[in-house]
Amino acid sequence: MSDATLGRAPAAARAFRPATQETPWVRWTLIVIAVAGLGILVAAPLIVVFAEALGEGWAAVIESLGHRDARSAIRLTLTIAAIAVPLNAVFGIAAAWLITKFDFRGKAFLITLIDLPFSVSPVVAGLCIVLMFGANSFAGGWLVANGMPIVFAVPGIVLATLFVTFPFVARELIPVMIEQGRAEEEAALTLGASGWRVFRTVTLPNIRWALLYGVLLSNARAMGEFGAVAVVSGKIRGQTATMPITIEMLYNEYLSVAAFGMAALLTLLALVTLLLKAGLEIRHADQLAAFRRL
Amino acid sequence: MGKPLIHRSPMPGFGLSAGITLTMLSIIVLLPIGALLAKGAGFGIGNIWETVNRERVWAALFLSFRLSLFAALFNLVFGVVLAWVLVRYRFPGRRIIDAAVDLPFALPTAVAGIALTALYAPNGAFGSLFKELGVRIAYTQWGILIALIFVGLPFVTRTVQPVVEEIEREVEEASATLGASRAYTLRHVVLPMLAPAALTGFALALARAVGEYGSVIFIAGNRPLQTEIAPLLIVIQLEEFNYEAAAAIGIAMLLISFALLLVINLIQVWSRRRIGYV
Repeated sequence: MSDATLGRAPAAARAFRPATQETPWVRWTLIVIAVAGLGILVAAPLIVVFAEALGEGWAAVIESLGHRDARSAIRLTLTIAAIAVPLNAVFGIAAAWLITKFDFRGKAFLITLIDLPFSVSPVVAGLCIVLMFGANSFAGGWLVANGMPIVFAVPGIVLATLFVTFPFVARELIPVMIEQGRAEEEAALTLGASGWRVFRTVTLPNIRWALLYGVLLSNARAMGEFGAVAVVSGKIRGQTATMPITIEMLYNEYLSVAAFGMAALLTLLALVTLLLKAGLEIRHADQLAAFRRL
Repeated sequence: MGKPLIHRSPMPGFGLSAGITLTMLSIIVLLPIGALLAKGAGFGIGNIWETVNRERVWAALFLSFRLSLFAALFNLVFGVVLAWVLVRYRFPGRRIIDAAVDLPFALPTAVAGIALTALYAPNGAFGSLFKELGVRIAYTQWGILIALIFVGLPFVTRTVQPVVEEIEREVEEASATLGASRAYTLRHVVLPMLAPAALTGFALALARAVGEYGSVIFIAGNRPLQTEIAPLLIVIQLEEFNYEAAAAIGIAMLLISFALLLVINLIQVWSRRRIGYV
């Protein structure tokens, strides 16, 4: 029994239980509740995705993923992520640099503004983008007249994706960079290094794992975003239907295997993300934000 | 004026980093939110109130808020148990369970939506069991509740876990030496230490659930007055190109979110004063 505890009890005294432990009965009840709860809430939906996708065999699911619209959805989702995630990383680095390397008034307010998208419903986020850049708004009208429609087109989806993933990288970098302080950069500057050189050779190596962590999370969200994208995309098959939007369209057409086939692809992405995330947490815990959110 | 606007700093790149940060913040977040508020202002407070003050809208707002509250309460209790089990106990598969807690964050909401629907539909694996008992889950408020529990699952666990890790055993030992039973120690010594983090996680889960869309609409059935959530109303108004009404409901939801955010911050200020850390 002692290997199931934190192992303070001497092996000889079988009946002895440290005062800071629950009785085995309580302990195992709680473990069973935790495992069963996660099994029902998390593992069961996961299994269902793959079971439904493979319900008519491998051939059916591979054929549905090879369909023209499915291929276009996969390409679109990859494109959106390829644009949104690097932009997000650039913003995250800039914001973290600004906040951790300088002292200025209104810093707390700026951090609140950066966190704002976390507390806005994705649908409201999409609505904001539509009202700002839609064809009958001031900015949108001008852009449409000049042949650059934003809403119901790819740029709108990118903007909506950027909105919902906005804080991810910055929030991961800020605590890490606060902890590391400014001394190393200041030393490099006194030795005559240029600003870029300091960033590339001193700051970046210190924050690379935290940066990767933030990029990983924002990529998962960017590829999977549904609510905000559903509002701005217009759901044009083959043009503005991302993978999650395509899942909805296929599901509503009762094309179960195709819908779950695409869902299985996104589930694999989620599992890979979790695996890499767990790997980073185990190997580079000291270089990640101590507070494990998201 | 006491503090200068910007302290002089030897660090390079103030202009560049401030430029990138403020430009992107403005284009992506602030101007669009401003456009929503401007639309509302143009529509007028009286018209906004008239749009929101309809039975169907109240029903949707009340439903979203009520079920989000129940889901967050479930996650509060389950999340604390989970955090405790993951930090304090060693059992086979603990690492997998620990990683699995984050799945609702990583899994796209549309995938969660159709998976939960397939599971809890009357012909699904769990749905058929409940059907035997005469309970329908999918396409009822129960279905919405399950989807909201799913999306809010990681918040409480992830906020409480680091706090459990930092509890000093000596405190619990002191309590035991003074004659407290284990249950008494947990109730009066350990739980108060976990409370602020647990409440923060609770509020985060609540805020997330109120705005949730993707995982809910598949399982909800979406019948007006019964299983129609507030974000869906916005989508419906937009599909009818009724931008004013969509903006009105959007502003109402934004106000609810900000109120929740304020509560989160108050909890943190309050607990920092009381306990010394969050």
